[in-house]
Amino acid sequence: MAKAPLSTGKFFLIFISWWAIWAVLQISLLLGFGLSVGTAITDSLVSNTLVALCCGFISNNMQYYLPKKERYWYILFISLGLSGIILLACKAILVPLLDAHTGGALTGAIPGGGVQGTITGALPGSATIDYGQFFSRSWAVRYDIVFLQVGCMSVLSVLWYSTEEEQENRQRRNDAERLSKEAELFKLRQQLAPHFLFNSLNSISALIGSRPEQARKMIQQLSDFLRGNLKKEEQQWVPLSEELQYLELYLDIEKVRFGHRLSTQIICEEECLGLRLPPMLLQPIVENAIKFGLYDTTDAVTITVHARKVEGSYVRIDVTNPFDPETSRPKKGTGFGLSSIQRRLYLLFARPDLLETHIDNNLFTTTVKIPQQP
Amino acid sequence: MTQANIPAGSIKAILIDDEPLARMIVREYLQAYPEIQIVQECSDGFEGIKAIQQLHPDLLFLDIQMPKINGFEMLELVEEPPAVIFTTAFDEYAIRAFESHAVDYLLKPFNKERFDKAVRKWIDHRSAAPATSAAATATTTPDESPAPADATSALLETAAQSPAQQHRIVVKTGGKIKIIPLEDIHFLEAADDYVKIHTHNGAFLKNRTMSYFEQTLDPTMFVRTHRSYILNISQVTRIDPYEKDSHLCILQSGAQVPVSKAGYVKLKAVLGL
Repeated sequence: MAKAPLSTGKFFLIFISWWAIWAVLQISLLLGFGLSVGTAITDSLVSNTLVALCCGFISNNMQYYLPKKERYWYILFISLGLSGIILLACKAILVPLLDAHTGGALTGAIPGGGVQGTITGALPGSATIDYGQFFSRSWAVRYDIVFLQVGCMSVLSVLWYSTEEEQENRQRRNDAERLSKEAELFKLRQQLAPHFLFNSLNSISALIGSRPEQARKMIQQLSDFLRGNLKKEEQQWVPLSEELQYLELYLDIEKVRFGHRLSTQIICEEECLGLRLPPMLLQPIVENAIKFGLYDTTDAVTITVHARKVEGSYVRIDVTNPFDPETSRPKKGTGFGLSSIQRRLYLLFARPDLLETHIDNNLFTTTVKIPQQP
Repeated sequence: MTQANIPAGSIKAILIDDEPLARMIVREYLQAYPEIQIVQECSDGFEGIKAIQQLHPDLLFLDIQMPKINGFEMLELVEEPPAVIFTTAFDEYAIRAFESHAVDYLLKPFNKERFDKAVRKWIDHRSAAPATSAAATATTTPDESPAPADATSALLETAAQSPAQQHRIVVKTGGKIKIIPLEDIHFLEAADDYVKIHTHNGAFLKNRTMSYFEQTLDPTMFVRTHRSYILNISQVTRIDPYEKDSHLCILQSGAQVPVSKAGYVKLKAVLGL
C-alpha cells in the first residue's frame, strides 16, 4: 500500500509551512477589515486549524479509498461537503467565543457606536463590528477559500496515490519477470544440474554396456527434457497438456533411475487440457514431491498428479507424495521446499493463497490453483 | 595388470547406492579386479551399516545423497569405518572440501580410467603399509591402519559443516538408528568422552566432543552456556540468578541448565537482551 505523503517528514514540513502562511495571510486580511488583533488571530487560527485537520484527514484516507478514474467527480462532492462542514464548525466555535468576548467588551466601551457597524476597515477601533454579523457576511468568501484549499488537497492526494499505485504495479511486474527468469536459470543450474542431470548421465553410462537400446532411449528423453527447459524461457503461458507431457518426460527419466520403486499417476480431466498456466510451475512441485517422496524413502512410491477445473475459473492441481515422518518432516506453512513457488505465484497474481499444503497420515499434498485469464 | 601377490577375492567391498544402475556400473568396472570381491550391495544407509558390521569390508563405494540417512551420517555411526571411495553427483565445489580426506571420490558419471585410478591408488596405499593385515591379526594391535581411520574421521568433521547436515543429528541407540531433528533437542550435556543429547524422547549419547557441536550447530539456535552444556534457546522459559556470577536456565521440560558468567553474556547476545 502506498505511504501517506504526510507521514514523511519533508511533506509534513511543507504542509505545516503552508498552513502557517495561510494563517498569517488571513490574519492580515482580517486586520485590514478592521477586526481587533485578538479576534483576527483567533479567527484565523481556528478556521485554518480546521482546514488543516480536514486536509490531513483527506490525505490520510485516500490511501484506503481512492476513487476510480470514472468517478473522479466524487472528489468535487467530497470537497464541497467537507468545506461546508468546516464552515459550520467555524461558526459554531468562533461566533459564541468572539461575540461574547470581544464584541461584548467593545460595545460596552463605546455605547451606541458600532452596533450596526459596517465594515469600512478604515479606522481600527472606531468602527466596532459585531462579529456574528461579520461572520455571516463573509461566509461566501470563506467558503470559497476553504473549498479551494480542500479541493486542492484532494486532487493532490488522488494524484499522489494513483502515481504511487501505478509505480507499485510496475515494480511488481518487473519483479515477477525478473524472478521467474532467475528461478528458471537457478533451477537449471542448481537443482537440475548436480543431482538430476549427473545422476541421469550416470544411469546412461551404466546402461550403455548392457542395454544400449535403453541407453539411447534415455538420452533421447533427457535431450527432450533439456530442450523443453531451454525453450520455455521465452514463452509466457503454456497449455496444461504441454506442461503435463513435459512432466511425464521428467518422470520417465526418474523411473529409469529408480526402476520399480517409482510409479506415477497423472489424472487430468478432458476439459482441463486446454487451460493455460505459467511454464515450469508444475515441474518444481513434482521435483519437490520426488525429493521427499522418493529420494528420502526406500519403499515403492506412488506420486499422483491430479488436475481439475474448479469454480471461479481456476485450474487446480494436486500433487501427492508419501513421506517418511521419521527422517523428514514438513515445515508448517509452505511445506517442504516450496517457498520459491509461493513467491513466484505471489509476484504473478499478487495473492498469497494459491499454494497450499496438506498432510494426511504419511501423505503430503501440494495444491496449486492457477486463475485463468478471461 | 593388478598386483599378483593379492589372492583373488581377498579384498571385501560393499557398494552402497540407492540407484540400481549406479551400483551396476561399479560392479561392471570391478570385474577387472579379481582380488576384490563384492560381498554385498545396499540401497540405503541403514542396510549399509548392518552390512558393514556383519561383513567387515575393506573398502566401501559410497554414495552421499541417499534415503533416510546420507553417506556421511552413515559413516558417523560405523565404529571403525573402512576405507571409502565416494561415488557421487554432488557438485565439485561441495566435494572439494573432502578431497584431502577421503581415499578418493568419483564424480558421476565417471569412466573406467578414473575408476581404475582411484582403486589402484587405494591398493598401492594399502600394500605400502607393511604387511598390515597379517601382522594385525597376529599381534592384535588395533592401531595398525592409521591412515584410513584418521582420514575418515577428519572427513566427517568437514562433512558435518555442510549445510545438508545441519538440520538433524543421527545417533545409534541399542542397535537402532535414531534421527533427531534439531528442534527436538532440549540441551546437550558433556558426559566423559560422549555428549548426552537430551530430547523430547529421552537422552542419547553421541561419541563427539562439546566443541564439535559448538562449532557445527547453528549458533542462532544453540548456545554453549557452560563448559559442559549447550542449550537450544527456543526451549528457554526463564533465567534465574544462581550463586554469584552464575545463572540457571529453566527449560520448558523443567530441566535446569547451569549458565556460567561467560555463557550468560553469550546467551544474552543471542536472545537480543
